[in-house]
Amino acid sequence: MITAAAPIRARRVLPGFTLSLGTTLLYLVLIVLIPIAALILKGAEIGPARFWAIVSSDRAVAAFRITLIAAAIATIFNAVYGLLMAWVLTRYDFPGKRLLDALMDVPFALPTAVAGLSLTALFSANGWFGAVLHPAGIPVVYTIWGIALAMAFTSVPFVVRTVQPVLEDLDRSLEAAAETLGARPWQIFAKVVFPAILPAWLAGCTTAFARSLGEFGAIVFIAGNLPFQTEIAALLAYIRLEEFDYNGAAAIALVLLGFALVLLVASNLLQNWAARHREALR
Amino acid sequence: MSAATRPASPGAKALVAIAALLTILFVAAPLAYIFARAFSQGWQVYASNILNPMTLHAIWLTSIVALVVVPLNVAFGIAAAWAVAKHRFPGRGILVTMIEIPFSISPIIAGICYLLLYGRQGLLGSWLQANDLQVMFALPGIILVTMFVTAPFVAREVLPLMQAQGSEQEQAAVTLGASGWQVFRRVTLPNIKWALLYGAVLCTARAVGEFGGVSVVSGNIRGQTNTLPLHVELLFNDLNAVGAFAAASVLTLIALVALVVKTLLEARRT
Repeated sequence: MITAAAPIRARRVLPGFTLSLGTTLLYLVLIVLIPIAALILKGAEIGPARFWAIVSSDRAVAAFRITLIAAAIATIFNAVYGLLMAWVLTRYDFPGKRLLDALMDVPFALPTAVAGLSLTALFSANGWFGAVLHPAGIPVVYTIWGIALAMAFTSVPFVVRTVQPVLEDLDRSLEAAAETLGARPWQIFAKVVFPAILPAWLAGCTTAFARSLGEFGAIVFIAGNLPFQTEIAALLAYIRLEEFDYNGAAAIALVLLGFALVLLVASNLLQNWAARHREALR
Repeated sequence: MSAATRPASPGAKALVAIAALLTILFVAAPLAYIFARAFSQGWQVYASNILNPMTLHAIWLTSIVALVVVPLNVAFGIAAAWAVAKHRFPGRGILVTMIEIPFSISPIIAGICYLLLYGRQGLLGSWLQANDLQVMFALPGIILVTMFVTAPFVAREVLPLMQAQGSEQEQAAVTLGASGWQVFRRVTLPNIKWALLYGAVLCTARAVGEFGGVSVVSGNIRGQTNTLPLHVELLFNDLNAVGAFAAASVLTLIALVALVVKTLLEARRT
């Protein structure tokens, strides 16, 4: 028996490695890493005792609480609405479907300040929606609901666009099998479809939640920005800067950065789970 | 693979109806309202709002920022994709994660980082002052923050494509004696041009609309460091809602053009 020797292919290295890696590192270090390091250094300079005093002050705690609650409301809404949109856009054919699909990209493309301006005017007393809601005693503008609304608008595509490809790839014969076994549509969804899309759905919701925590542009318009009532953490950091209280701004920014990094890791783990899950289902 | 079907059961029809209604109320209405308000006092008022010198200056400043940031971002995206996709080296995974970092950091935090580095009390503050260099509350600061926020846009479109395409064609070209630039221009660039354009379009939309980071570093000096999104806020705070919506309509048009180009490019890629 002849054993074929593996072809010895000289591993030719393509040119431009030093130039391309050098350019990449230069950009990353100058534009991204050094500024982040400046924030961390500033935080270290504050010292643990003062850092704690800043972030545990009544106003800061209230701001974090409002931010977290509003982001949770927004994420719960998007978890349902985003899943519905992903389902409808992958499963059904209907007139206007492509337009509906394109509209799901609008929150990403539209500058957040423009979204905030439009939502604020739309829901204020003389806007299209406010004219109906205000007399009914449902104020949205200048309440936590307004903050949640702005957060939901800017983050909904994360859920739709994470779930959509998984639903598209899903093997429909499993559902057909469940149907022949007598399962009802909602049983098929709960027992066959939902477990398959769960990792991707959770990953999308995590990203949407992270984005909501950091959202600023859309919220400053609609929130009214009253301390202890409608002041979000990012805005409090901004106010501290305007007061030249750089320590205060840095401490709050570091807490938000910590949240963002934890959620980034969580979302990456969920994405990996989703990818493995998808492979296993094929 | 799943084929979409016409919604047949009443339940399916209801789902489609609810989805459409929610999207009309939640996404389409805010979009339509921008133009409804911008034109609420007629074309002439709209034109005079756009032609206001402060608005024109904001449009000009935002264009300058995009014209500087997008080409730099394209260069960075190509370099990062070339380094990661065509070569093996330790730390590739970390490099990819680092490229993605700006996506998960709120722009306002990016702005604070820059202020703590280049601001008067910042790490480089005294050195900059001694050399009479103004980074904060000036054009360089706005450009730098926008570069931070948009960093991953081109790289994340081009990198996966280059990885999927492998490097056999380039290897062949090198074997045939092509130089590095020739390989890139004749072999790689034609393969990635649509992804590159796609990334550049998304980057442009993002650069033009950046608000949080820029509002920290710009200082909002009227007629000087006021970009178009900041100008929208300024007009809104001045209680000039129609003017704010007119300025916002320009940004909305840019966003819609970006979406149309994106849809066309996606159709082309599949």
